Amino acid sequence: MTATAARKIPPWSARFKEALLAAVVAGVLAIPLIGLHAVDGAQGLGIDTRFGVVAIGASFVFVGRLLLSGIQQFRFANPFQPLAHGAARLRPLTRLLPWIGIGFAIALPFLPFANRYVIDVATTVLIYVMLGWGLNIVVGLAGLLDLGYVAFYAVGAYSYALLAINFDLSFWECLPLAGVFAGFMGVLLGFPVLRLRGDYLAIVTLGFGEIVRIILTNWQTLTGGPNGITGIPRPTFFGAPLTANPAEGVAAFHQLFGLEFSPIHRVMFLYFLILALALITNLFTLRIRRLPIGRAWEALREDEIACRALGISPRNTKLTAFGIGAMFGGFAGAFFATRQGFISPESFTFIESATIVAIVVLGGMGSQMGVVLAAAVLVLLPEFGREFAQYRMLVFGAAMVLIVAWRPQGLLAHREPTLRLPKKEAPS
Amino acid sequence: MSAALLAVERLSMRFGGVTAVDDLSFVARAHAITAIIGPNGAGKTTVFNCLTGFYRPSAGQLRLQRASTALALERLADVHIARAGVVRTFQNIRLFPVMSVLENLIVAQHNTLMRASLYTFGGLLGLKSYRRAERAAVERARHWLERVGLIERADDPAGGLPYGDQRRLEIARAMCAQPILLCLDEPAAGLNPRDSAELAALLRDICNQERIGILLIEHDMRVVMDISDHVVVLDYGRKIAEGVPDAIRNDAAVIKAYLGEVDEAERA
Repeated sequence: MTATAARKIPPWSARFKEALLAAVVAGVLAIPLIGLHAVDGAQGLGIDTRFGVVAIGASFVFVGRLLLSGIQQFRFANPFQPLAHGAARLRPLTRLLPWIGIGFAIALPFLPFANRYVIDVATTVLIYVMLGWGLNIVVGLAGLLDLGYVAFYAVGAYSYALLAINFDLSFWECLPLAGVFAGFMGVLLGFPVLRLRGDYLAIVTLGFGEIVRIILTNWQTLTGGPNGITGIPRPTFFGAPLTANPAEGVAAFHQLFGLEFSPIHRVMFLYFLILALALITNLFTLRIRRLPIGRAWEALREDEIACRALGISPRNTKLTAFGIGAMFGGFAGAFFATRQGFISPESFTFIESATIVAIVVLGGMGSQMGVVLAAAVLVLLPEFGREFAQYRMLVFGAAMVLIVAWRPQGLLAHREPTLRLPKKEAPS
Repeated sequence: MSAALLAVERLSMRFGGVTAVDDLSFVARAHAITAIIGPNGAGKTTVFNCLTGFYRPSAGQLRLQRASTALALERLADVHIARAGVVRTFQNIRLFPVMSVLENLIVAQHNTLMRASLYTFGGLLGLKSYRRAERAAVERARHWLERVGLIERADDPAGGLPYGDQRRLEIARAMCAQPILLCLDEPAAGLNPRDSAELAALLRDICNQERIGILLIEHDMRVVMDISDHVVVLDYGRKIAEGVPDAIRNDAAVIKAYLGEVDEAERA
């Protein structure tokens, strides 16, 4: 059985049978989900049946499956494929793209269509870009599937909130501490999972993420439990608050620059803050990828046994990946806390981890530009889909399935070597 | 005769009830090629796995003679054995396929570069001393790429190379780790006669020029007989013969192990 044989369109009878099977499975699955329907009756809650709807759904599956099996050669006529093959031709464009992106990101708040809503959404996109870049170190470079990344985001957020409220430290003093705490947690998580890989690692890290969330929910005296922490200090422009009425003797941002007070200043400041943090994350990753430790991460992803045979310690390599990835999660968490002014365990559920992993995987593991694209798609898609809020998850899922079918390697997966053989120097 | 580099003394490896290596002793010398041969399942790769720390031997000693001190390899973890200078290749090639050929060779110099980059901190700051160390690493990689004839493919992904090139790249990668004992697990497996003759010449060159010891597991008898200084023959985990290639070629026990005994039914 070769791959080419599997791609041939099967005969009508086989397709028909397959579609029928799919429809039956869909129908059976749909009976409890769609077929039964709770209604508010005179005698309390009653159950109504909607088997007609189930039948319609099953017939849709039947027709859809029948059509899909007929157009399976769409794998060849893949709209994204030329991107991979024409990578060499596209190189000038891919070189330019990051700079265009950064230029656009800096100019965005000053563009005519930029209002509070646009900047807010862009800030959210950038938080996810930063989280994606942080997780990319762990998942994309070191190949350690971490489903509990949100735990480090939470540690960073709570570190900032608690330090700022209890010890009256400023955002700039707390930021490195939040990173250190989160990085420490990353190493702590790393120790027990050193021997695990693949699915097992994913499950343990998922559990770790939940443990952190549950601790935050239950440690009432420290974290305020499910009520969360309110009144987290807002960031200052290097000491100058971005408020209308600053405390006595303190010059606010607008007074400092002789501007009319406007609440948009803070929104813009937060936007530039996360932009700077995200770019630092990116610069750091690009640089460390070219250092021995970065190459060791990638080598570990490729073949752990070969690494051991070359004297590369998998333990140290994995722990640094966990620690550094977690540190950037912590930075992002501190930013999240100062932006919201309120945090609770609600913000750090598994769905956040899943979204971040989805960003890394959809973008193309290890691809920095891919993360930006995927973060933009995953955050903006629900924003554009607000009118169809009910179908958001459906569209989200469909988009995932399409991308996995078309480009299993991710949207932008093109690996550049970390160094090229320099031209031989003239003998001296 | 050159000095003993590795002394294997009464090595045994048992997996539950199965004894894969049974009371094996031999010596591998510096500047010499020692071959371990034997039929399939004789325990050759198990010896390698014990030697490189992938298995912990059930009994016996493995002494590596370094400049002045002797190291007890049976007590060290695989990573430390590699750092001590025993570097191996694998029967089923284990490259880093997505990384470029050059990167594979740079990764092999990880520990040297890690120290030069002051455990990443100096590298992040772009210290001159690190950049110099990286240039030296690239030059060493270039040297080995030229030796194995892969200089043209330096920037291509290692996984895309033809099979024979991958075999040679794995040897180059091991050499970039600057071993004192190079352990090769069937380097000629799957090569055509011309390629394996080239490989044999390369191994002989490495042994003579780099002044290191080579330990070789091989099924290709032409390679073994051409280049080995000393041959150890295993069968069912036991050493059945040992000596120079010519002696092994005519050893009755070896011929029996390879060609099988004429059994009673046939004789009748």
